[in-house]
Amino acid sequence: MTRILRDVWYSLQEWLQTFGACQLFLIRILAGCPAAFLRPRLIIKQVHDSGVLSLAIIGISGFFVGMVLSLQAYNSLTRFGATESIGVLAALALTRELGPVVTALLFAGRAGTALASEIGLMRATDQLSGMEMMAVDPVRRVVVPRFIGGVIAMPLLAAIFSAMGLFGAWLEGVVLLNVDEGAFWQQMQDQVDVFDDVLAGILKSFAFGVAASLLAVFEGYNSIPTAEGVSRATTRTVVLTALSVLVLNFMLTAVLIGEV
Amino acid sequence: MQQTRAVEFGTGLFVFLGIVALFFLTTRVTNFDSYEGEEGYTLTARFDNVGSLKLRAPVAMSGVKIGRVTSVVFDDEMLEAVVEMRIDSSYDKIPNDSDASILTQGILGGQYIGLEPGGSMDFFKDQDEIQFTQSALVLEKLISKYLFSQADKPEE
Repeated sequence: MTRILRDVWYSLQEWLQTFGACQLFLIRILAGCPAAFLRPRLIIKQVHDSGVLSLAIIGISGFFVGMVLSLQAYNSLTRFGATESIGVLAALALTRELGPVVTALLFAGRAGTALASEIGLMRATDQLSGMEMMAVDPVRRVVVPRFIGGVIAMPLLAAIFSAMGLFGAWLEGVVLLNVDEGAFWQQMQDQVDVFDDVLAGILKSFAFGVAASLLAVFEGYNSIPTAEGVSRATTRTVVLTALSVLVLNFMLTAVLIGEV
Repeated sequence: MQQTRAVEFGTGLFVFLGIVALFFLTTRVTNFDSYEGEEGYTLTARFDNVGSLKLRAPVAMSGVKIGRVTSVVFDDEMLEAVVEMRIDSSYDKIPNDSDASILTQGILGGQYIGLEPGGSMDFFKDQDEIQFTQSALVLEKLISKYLFSQADKPEE
């Protein structure tokens, strides 16, 4: 019995330690941020790697999520003769929840894993130690540009996801299911708010961008320098990002709704 | 060199696409235009009951949207609800004895303010108050009115 308690205590301690180390790492990254903007090339390269290369998966997923939202809503709303509301439903669902959350999950899978394994391999092949040897701070040279790139890419990807989703919803609802187009847009414009819905969604995606990028670079930077260690860092990145995004999503939503 | 150019081009295109998506979300999807309220004038109206009238609900005349509700507050001296609305400045020939009533769009729709034109030759100006108003119909009150009228009927 005491052994179980002790194990629980140790794992809790370890978890808290990782959590704290993560916060300290964030502070180190933020301290390096101003200097990183002096070398925009590095950041552009990272925005390209996390953003542009994720564009296809984000766009296509968004499109099909929008289509299925429209189809499901149409099926349920026909019973009440309120099929025109699919526009509002799709717009609210996409801008408030699905856009930021699904984008963050896809981002973790597409860009987060790439970041973690890239930095992990640099660690495993002693590139980071080499930089330290040359008095180049690897956090500033390697980690910070990747973090900033992820934070810039994430809200833009979420916006593209929502826009593509609405395009899908429009295609499915208006073109294929013959919902009235005027009512579709009119109801959407009447009931979707710039600040409460769209801006709140962007705010969320920004927070998720910080969380996802931080976890990816943290796991990569602190990975065990072996092949197995890199694979573990990649797995942990996806698992931890998914968990923290979903938890963070609930907390942010509660705060944003409580405020307005 | 060629590759750097491709990266920069791709990044520029990506950021541009993202901004276009944001622009689309704010202008096409939301009621963004209702926030720029410079061109227009404000009218107030007092109602006994505003039902579930919400901020930024439309103000319509003959079914055409001419403005938006900008505030709904309760006046605790007169014990009435005071509704302020912003009317688009292009509609400046509304007779000042027009009456306002709170109506519902469809079965599940939200509530809006409908203006019925009066016969006066003078028009509403900024900060005018609409004198004739009709409250929202509250379903429970209607039902209870009906039930009581049934109960009061002398039995035959």
